[in-house]
Amino acid sequence: MTEIVGFWVAAVVLVAASLAVVLTPNLFHAVLWLAVALVATGGVFLLLDSPFLFAVQLLLYAGGVVTIVVFAIMLTERLVGASIRQTSRFVFNGAVIAAAMFVGIGGFLLQAGTPPPAAATGDQLRDLGRALVGPYAVTLQLVGVLLVVALLGAVYFARTED
Amino acid sequence: MPLSAYLGLAALVFTIGLFGVLTRKNAVGILLGIELMLNAVNINLVAFARARADLAGLVFTLFTIAITVAEVAVGLAIVIVIFRVRRTIEADHLDLLRG
Repeated sequence: MTEIVGFWVAAVVLVAASLAVVLTPNLFHAVLWLAVALVATGGVFLLLDSPFLFAVQLLLYAGGVVTIVVFAIMLTERLVGASIRQTSRFVFNGAVIAAAMFVGIGGFLLQAGTPPPAAATGDQLRDLGRALVGPYAVTLQLVGVLLVVALLGAVYFARTED
Repeated sequence: MPLSAYLGLAALVFTIGLFGVLTRKNAVGILLGIELMLNAVNINLVAFARARADLAGLVFTLFTIAITVAEVAVGLAIVIVIFRVRRTIEADHLDLLRG
């Protein structure tokens, strides 16, 4: 019962915030709506029994990504004023393509069977930690390399010219 | 809630993000649409991880989040460089590679 109510609350907030992200003319407001959508996604993770991913989502997405995007907007536009307004183009064509994509995915979901429900395991967080340093240890190292490369790349791009 | 409810929600958010990517003119707006699409994919992964009691979905989601954050950092750095050189981040004006 709690999950049903929580799911519909999270779903309505998530869809409304997502629509606001793509429709609001003010880019700064769009970023704030994106933060709402990311927190709602974290709520969906919570409903799916993944509190650890909820915490990661809040820390990395709602905290980190939104901050970087706000910085980028401040550097490329004036934060207040008319210049931040943005228009959209090909709205009708975009809506048709997006609707066609939704119909395609929805049709696939309707004709696909549901997998048999599996029994939940015990301590999910401990299993996740063991998996990260066990079977997925090499992948974890590669992600570390990727983060270093991304850091170097961002610094290289953003450096001053001298 | 059944698995299909989460998958339907993720499909809806994914298509909203796709609409944003297709229609936004500002490069930062396009990046925001990509963020929405990646979030929808994460919902799918976590929903399948619970439905099948398989940890691989959660591990995959963690890696997706890490890679997305790196992508946003580099993408926004590129946007800032483009703005510095061309004084605009309107996607329609960035046609240097047009033949």
